[in-house]
Amino acid sequence: MTADNCRRETPEIEVAAPTVVRGATVVAAADGVLHRIDRPVVALCGCGRSAALPWCDSTHKVLADRSS
Amino acid sequence: MVNAIAQHEQGAAAPPETGAAAPAGPAPALPPSCGPISAQVLGTLFGDGPPAGWCALVETVGDPLTDLDFQLGLWLSYEPHYADLPGLDRDPEWDPALLSLRAALEERFERALRDLVGELPTGDPVAVLRRLTGSGRPSPLALHLGRDASREQFIDYLAQRAVYHLRESDPQSFTLPRVTGAAKTALAELQYDEYGAGRPERLHSRLYANALTALDLPADVHDYLPGVEATVFTTVNTMSFFALHRSLRGAAMGHLAAFEATSSLPCRLIATGAHRLGLPPAVAAYFEEHVEADSVHEQVAIDDICGALVRAEPLLGPDVVFGAAACLAVDELAAQAFWARWNADPEPTGEAAS
Ligand code: FES
Ligand SMILES: [Fe+2]
Ligand SMILES: [Fe+2]
Repeated sequence: MTADNCRRETPEIEVAAPTVVRGATVVAAADGVLHRIDRPVVALCGCGRSAALPWCDSTHKVLADRSS
Repeated sequence: MVNAIAQHEQGAAAPPETGAAAPAGPAPALPPSCGPISAQVLGTLFGDGPPAGWCALVETVGDPLTDLDFQLGLWLSYEPHYADLPGLDRDPEWDPALLSLRAALEERFERALRDLVGELPTGDPVAVLRRLTGSGRPSPLALHLGRDASREQFIDYLAQRAVYHLRESDPQSFTLPRVTGAAKTALAELQYDEYGAGRPERLHSRLYANALTALDLPADVHDYLPGVEATVFTTVNTMSFFALHRSLRGAAMGHLAAFEATSSLPCRLIATGAHRLGLPPAVAAYFEEHVEADSVHEQVAIDDICGALVRAEPLLGPDVVFGAAACLAVDELAAQAFWARWNADPEPTGEAAS
């Protein structure tokens, strides 16, 4: 591959993305409520618009579509 | 076609040809064949020798991706890797006759998949995966299931998809020893979550079985075979084909990434449909689990599995993209089959999921 065709094609607009967290057993949401974690890895919402806070529910992709 | 399936001579009573699933009942019979290819594969599973003119027969198939006989034959040829076929008293898993039949089918299958996806996007494979799967617009099929599908259509969807989801994530496990380092660690992590994260009752395949059982539908893949659409077999065969060839490990992982990254938003809609129709809670529960799980799996599959894989083996980049493109293209074929089954047309998707 050349340097040229390695360039990022997208996204033009950076929208908040989830943060992947490993090995945690509990997470404190913004409101202070503690949530137990029973997955080996979780995605924490970074856009603030998830319907399942504090977890990412992929709403950020909808927001990215709307803002582009 | 669903109704064109003939019973193999060694098969038992014909299942009802309703388009939906057979009711729960006695142990499933041997799957039926529906043409010369699936009949030959079935015969070979029972010990027939390799046939003359097999490659020529395979070449007569116009479009293997939508041909039920071809796809059922290919599916049957993979089946010994996953489960015992009912009524079979020999072990055909590594039978050279079966493997040689399958090799010809796979050669034709791969050509058709590569034709379907056409020219692949170039560039950083991770960026390409993000772009291919980045849309926040729900698929028309998920929109329909969420908003408009009848109970009958919704259950038909569940019954068709059973052939995969009752074995959810099993094909990808074949890839685990075929990748190394960080990609292996991330794939194991994803699979651990698919397999219930230490709790058998949370196995995703179990959650799907619970949904079917709550609807009085069977929970054995073999019960569904007589009515499965060609292109639904194609979606499953694509996974088995990639996963069972070490040389295609890049495609297997690209496929996984595209599959995971196009699941969460549709699952949210489909869960809404299950509530709308008043279906048993286990149905929505399966899809609701995937809203959150696949939001994580998307990140793990794209960045941690595929990203690590192409860093370790840069030459696999085009295969990763091929696998992802094949996943999306084959899913679209299956979606078209659902519209045709339901005599419906996809609605325009101007609107986003939430
Ligand atoms: S980051 Fe907020 S929903 Fe994904
Ligand atoms: Fe799953
Ligand atoms: Fe998943």
